[in-house]
Amino acid sequence: MIGSEIPALIPVTYILFAILIPVIGLWKREITWHLSLLGTGTATFFSAWGFMHLIQTGETIRYFFGGWAPPIGIEFVYDGLAAFIVLVINAIAFLVLIHSKEISKVEFPGKKLAYYTVSMLLMLGFNGMVLTGDLFNLYVFLEISSLSSYALIAIGEKRAPYAAFRYLIIGTVGGSLYLLGVGFLYTVTGTLNIIDMHVMLPQVIGHSSVIAALILMIIGVGVKAALFPLHGWLPDSYTFASSTSSALIAPIGTKVAAYILFRVVLFLFGVELIDHQLPVTTIIGIFAGIGILYGSIMAIAQSEMKKMLAYSSVSQIGYIIMGLSLANPFGFIGAVLHILNHAMMKALLFLVSGSIRLKEGHSLITKFDNSYRKKYPWTMAAFTTAAISMVGLPPLAGFFSKWYLALGTIDNSNWLLLAVILISSLLNAVYFFRILEKIYLNNPDTESTEETEVVERDEVGFTMMFPMAVMAIGLLLVGIFNAYIVNVIFNMFPAGF
Amino acid sequence: MDLTYIPLYAVLVSLAAVPFILLSSKKPNLREFWTILAGVIKFLLVLALLPSALQGNVIELELLEIAPNLPLVLKADTFGVFFAIIASGLWILTSFYSIGYMRGHHEKKQTRYFASFAICLSSTIGIAFSGNLLTFIIFYEMLTLATYPLVIHSETKKGIAAGRKYLSYTLSAGLLLIAAAAITYSITGTLEFVPGGIFGDTDLSNSMAVVIFLLFLGGVGVKAGIMPLHSWLPSAMAAPTPVSALLHAVAVVKSGVFGVIRVVGFIFGPEMMAEFGLNEILMVLAGITIIVASLLAFAQDNLKRRLAYSTIGQLSYIVLGAALLTETGLIGSIMHISFHATMKITLFFCAGAIMVNLHKKNISDMNGIARVMPWTMAAFTIGSMGLAGIPPLNGFVSKWYLASGALEGGMILPVIILVISGLLNVGYFFPIIHRAYFRKGGPELEGHTEASPFMVVPLFSTAVLSILFGLNPDLFFNFFDMATSIASSIFNPL
Repeated sequence: MIGSEIPALIPVTYILFAILIPVIGLWKREITWHLSLLGTGTATFFSAWGFMHLIQTGETIRYFFGGWAPPIGIEFVYDGLAAFIVLVINAIAFLVLIHSKEISKVEFPGKKLAYYTVSMLLMLGFNGMVLTGDLFNLYVFLEISSLSSYALIAIGEKRAPYAAFRYLIIGTVGGSLYLLGVGFLYTVTGTLNIIDMHVMLPQVIGHSSVIAALILMIIGVGVKAALFPLHGWLPDSYTFASSTSSALIAPIGTKVAAYILFRVVLFLFGVELIDHQLPVTTIIGIFAGIGILYGSIMAIAQSEMKKMLAYSSVSQIGYIIMGLSLANPFGFIGAVLHILNHAMMKALLFLVSGSIRLKEGHSLITKFDNSYRKKYPWTMAAFTTAAISMVGLPPLAGFFSKWYLALGTIDNSNWLLLAVILISSLLNAVYFFRILEKIYLNNPDTESTEETEVVERDEVGFTMMFPMAVMAIGLLLVGIFNAYIVNVIFNMFPAGF
Repeated sequence: MDLTYIPLYAVLVSLAAVPFILLSSKKPNLREFWTILAGVIKFLLVLALLPSALQGNVIELELLEIAPNLPLVLKADTFGVFFAIIASGLWILTSFYSIGYMRGHHEKKQTRYFASFAICLSSTIGIAFSGNLLTFIIFYEMLTLATYPLVIHSETKKGIAAGRKYLSYTLSAGLLLIAAAAITYSITGTLEFVPGGIFGDTDLSNSMAVVIFLLFLGGVGVKAGIMPLHSWLPSAMAAPTPVSALLHAVAVVKSGVFGVIRVVGFIFGPEMMAEFGLNEILMVLAGITIIVASLLAFAQDNLKRRLAYSTIGQLSYIVLGAALLTETGLIGSIMHISFHATMKITLFFCAGAIMVNLHKKNISDMNGIARVMPWTMAAFTIGSMGLAGIPPLNGFVSKWYLASGALEGGMILPVIILVISGLLNVGYFFPIIHRAYFRKGGPELEGHTEASPFMVVPLFSTAVLSILFGLNPDLFFNFFDMATSIASSIFNPL
């Protein structure tokens, strides 16, 4: 049965292509792009297959590497949540890499071979992080993905290496803190397997090193997730990296880190266990709330589209973490749904900014004008869809994740966080409608040049339009049919919900 | 006849016209044909629902489950059909008027204008036929977005500023409504509109009830122009006049008061409103709005702005009627939804005709214009008399019911407010009529005649409708019967 091999097949695909691309690429450089598509496409296919298989059978697949049963061997745990996240990140990566064809010629000419190889390693790291059932193995994949993302970010504008170096320093500290936490837990429980450790933790929870480990792991992963106030590395990295790197790392990277937080807090420890010791969820909730508002306000202050989107990411990751902090079914649904929604929205927005950069040579909001509407009608339509979804207007996808999060805050009578959700939606509206106004309306300050200046249509090509169109339509479909997805999420709840 | 899908078709028909409108942007006559065609079909579809609505039947269509236990539902109950008839009927007249206005005024981007207008109408009918609060919210937000291009149509600084103001008011309102819906859902487990309310026996603390009610009020109160949430409306007069006429006198603002009545009658229900004193909050706000808006209207020299303040005051009549919590009061309130629509749309049509024909926006310039535009000013006179509540116009009928509803509930103050406001209405409309008829016009009027028939026919028809409904409120569409049965369903739930 191939179905039960899926958890291994996905990372193996990426390993295979990480080797194939340099080997074949040295011989035929122009097909590296095609190979990367084949790699992510195959992984997406396996993820989709595995996801359907999982829905039908409803059984979690535990894949033991080399046949060694845990806790001695390493296992991959392919449960509903992991299957969902893996599908989301692989599909997004596939679409983003389709879009990269034109970008790669302009933003990193001559580095395509290295670029696509590293992006395969990046995806290997992310998929491994999601799938693994072993805390140390998770650290290994975390470092694989981190090292790849430092490299990918460094391939960009002049200031990109500096931003990447800064990220490297902060990211390594974060990774080390996580590892330290894992070490503490290992000394107390003697195991690294998540399921195994989950069973043992209640007996040792009073131990001070367990609490220390929890805090270290949350901070460590929090850095990767850019949880406020650990987000310092993010805005510059996303801004100065090449458009493809931003579109690849922004929607996926922080989500995977947020997913690790879910695993640690909800699945490894369990809310009841830790909230007896420390009000961890409350504290996370406060930081998430501040992060949401801070990110939105900073986004308003930006005049560069990519930087605006980067700060918006800080804000949006806050929603996901907030869902975690609510620790109730609605919050969980909202967060998981938002992982999907935000991955699509942010990828789409970064792709739009990449398309604009390619065509106009910049993405400065102050220079946007209403000729874009005529030059790139479909790109702008896609942007508008994403913007409206970000603001959270029904029936687009963004509304529904906020709706479930709002229900979650109400369930906890947490009125403060409810207010945060509402206010940040308005702030989102401010920074998106500001751009929409520029794109669609005449600038009233300039003398009316209308009709005098004929603007030719100059829409982006198919390889760029296709992924953007898929995501824009996806936002509408996910919005309208979100009940189906939510019914699937119902089966992903951690124990105790 | 199977009517199940009619509400859906009624919502979709104008949406379906949008691609045709966009594709025929180079052929104005064809483009306007699509608008009119969609309008006529929409109106006929809504009319097809009338007989069943009069019998008190509810046609319910569950489209899909958009969130677990929260279906997207279209429900054509009597109240929905009532509102849909007004909105779709007046859309046809407005479309004809738009053709005259937009071409006469040489407006740019007419395709965008007609397309947005069609989407607005779909949203409005969607609001009318929403079977639950979530469906309502979806169409409500759609209406907000579709109206935006119309408000900023001129793309001048003033227009864009008005658009920003409009969005910031309506989007905030939408969020409050979402919050209110979310809280209601977590308490009751349903968001369906049920005559008499959905809270039932749930144990609710006083402060909680007030908070939920205020959130709802913030949500629907912006579009209903309840003070202090009204100030987007005068600014939105930057839009072309047909927009002000249909949207800012009928569709958008009436969606707001429609929402108020849905909340009062179908979410909270009269019993709960009274139990927690929520009706008093509503009554105080409505009373203040009526008086203050009428006073502010005096200060406006721009005709459209004066009409906007008049609208704000008149909308609160409807809110006041809902707050009375008596059956008669609610009948008056519901009838005023339709009657204010015919009167105010007449006045806006007149203002637009004067603007296109004579290029006059300010009241102080309107001396002697009745000589050149006799039909328009006759219609204007009828409309303004109706708003002041002078019999035999329809404004008198609804006011009569509002006043008797107040007396039925043993309240004197609302009656006094209605009387004062009637006098103020006379006070700010009479000078316009006086100038138009009895002052001598300037030399610039020479050579001008009545506006194009595309404008005059619609504006005179709505004026005539105002008289006819005043003589017999049941003449067409059984407005009175419908209002009675809606009110009775709320006060005597099954």
